[in-house]
Amino acid sequence: MSKLFNLKPDRSKYPSMGADGKLDIDLTSQKYVKMWLGPNHPGVTGNMAVELTLAGDEIVEAKTHVGYLHRGFEKLIERRLFVQGFPTSIRMCVAEPDTNEYLIARSTEVLSGYDKDVPEMAQWLRALSLEMARLQGLLRGVPGQAGTFSLGIGVQWGVYLRDLILDRFEELTGARVYHMYIIPGGVRGLLPDGFKKRMEENLKEIDDFIIRIRQLMFHNSIFKKRSVGIGVIPKEWVDQYGIVGTNARASGVKRDVRKDNPYLIYDQLDFDPPTATEGDIYARSWVRWQELIQTVDLIRQIMAKMPEKGDIRATNMPNVLHWRIPKGETYTKLESGRGEYGMYYVTDGSSKPRRVNLRGPSYTHAIALLEKMLVNTNVADVHATMVSLQTCPPEIER
Amino acid sequence: MKEILDKIQAKYNLQDIAIQDNDQAYVTVGKDLAIDMVTYMRDYEGFSHFVMMSCVDWIEDDKLQLLYLLNSPEKKCNIGIKVFIERNKPTMQTAHHLWKQIWTYQRELREAFGIDFPGSPRVEENFVLEGWTDMPHMLRDFDTNKYAEETYFPREGRKTYDPATYMREKLYPKQPVTAKKNKDDE
Repeated sequence: MSKLFNLKPDRSKYPSMGADGKLDIDLTSQKYVKMWLGPNHPGVTGNMAVELTLAGDEIVEAKTHVGYLHRGFEKLIERRLFVQGFPTSIRMCVAEPDTNEYLIARSTEVLSGYDKDVPEMAQWLRALSLEMARLQGLLRGVPGQAGTFSLGIGVQWGVYLRDLILDRFEELTGARVYHMYIIPGGVRGLLPDGFKKRMEENLKEIDDFIIRIRQLMFHNSIFKKRSVGIGVIPKEWVDQYGIVGTNARASGVKRDVRKDNPYLIYDQLDFDPPTATEGDIYARSWVRWQELIQTVDLIRQIMAKMPEKGDIRATNMPNVLHWRIPKGETYTKLESGRGEYGMYYVTDGSSKPRRVNLRGPSYTHAIALLEKMLVNTNVADVHATMVSLQTCPPEIER
Repeated sequence: MKEILDKIQAKYNLQDIAIQDNDQAYVTVGKDLAIDMVTYMRDYEGFSHFVMMSCVDWIEDDKLQLLYLLNSPEKKCNIGIKVFIERNKPTMQTAHHLWKQIWTYQRELREAFGIDFPGSPRVEENFVLEGWTDMPHMLRDFDTNKYAEETYFPREGRKTYDPATYMREKLYPKQPVTAKKNKDDE
């Protein structure tokens, strides 16, 4: 790699650091330029702003600014009945809204003592819904990385296939993006007739896409030159920065909530989370591509192993409009497409939650980690780095 | 999980110990010992992954509850370390030296709950609310309805138009108002 890339540039022109830890950047010296990346909305990179200080085209300082999407979701949920929190919570992350449904449903079940009453059929359907959400997210996320290097055709393929999964969501839940399928005590409905057959047809199309996107991304000299050795996350940063999910696994740290703390029916599925050791953009893309294959396989496994019939909702659930949950607290988590996704949920015996606090992977990935990673990189690599971290600003601002 | 808690219970005078499903525990510790305990759990008990930092407003007790949630990747369990601090001018020792992302949480908590963390980097910078001068918005006594009504309704210069009438006047200003309506307008 060292023959291809010069990873030892002259650092003498970079600003010195004062005793207070701040860089000595004098904008009037004309050595530095301030540039704002965002906030606008051309995709993942535009929901938030990154304030860059450049020396030439190299970044010497980066600061993440959020707040452009703050809608006060946590506060809104705290002022509503438990069941009214669902339509609000799912909007906290557009990329995989179903994860929020599961967290809030599971939290209320645990705190009210109904967590053991969720029927087995509902557990399988919840897992299917979550894996479908992961799949539609990966169909946008994997080719999205190619998109940052102007390989736009992959994005178009992915958007088409994602729409097919949204079709399946529509027939399963009645909605395409925000489903509200997972509810306290179970799920809202069984699989429609012929669902598995139609899903299998879609998965076959995705199988073909997986091969094509491999050719487009990983057998492509432009992609390699723009991603190998760029945006490296050393293994020791994983705990220091709270890195989770694909970003940790691509740096050689094998952590996956589905394996470490199995929930739903994941202990009955056969899978092994893919890993890499390089920790650069290429490694993260490669691991994410392998996760795409794995997610397709998991959906097939779920459809093959799930029971044909069964109850889909606990029969002893109270009337949700008069539901009071005893005082308590819990942290519920799952493995989303971006990593550990959790919710700290506190109740006080009333009909509304006392505190709801979402822990999204982007909270650390897009602020503390991104600010560190961008220093000494080229301004042209900012988008690629952000997309490789799968930053999702809505889950930072909630 | 129970063995770990038994070991440190006397050392940190733990109160209100609650264990959930054997992979999640919550303990309450005194304000002065909290950061010491968080450091101990990281360095000696393998809780190397900092999950999150949160705050709950117990307004009826005049207290704010801080939560440090840690995870042990080897033991595959979480521990939530809770600290109660005064609600009036709340302040807490910073923990930014322990994990690199903690300053972000402390910056948010200062904005959302008014808790000061002296020495925490960029703690005084805005987080999600630019130019916010009102009281911390996540406190229970912040009235969201009142704020919205005062801030957004009614706003001077704001006017509501009937879309069909407005577009007709813009597109056909010379046409008499008595002109026959389109079928779609009805």
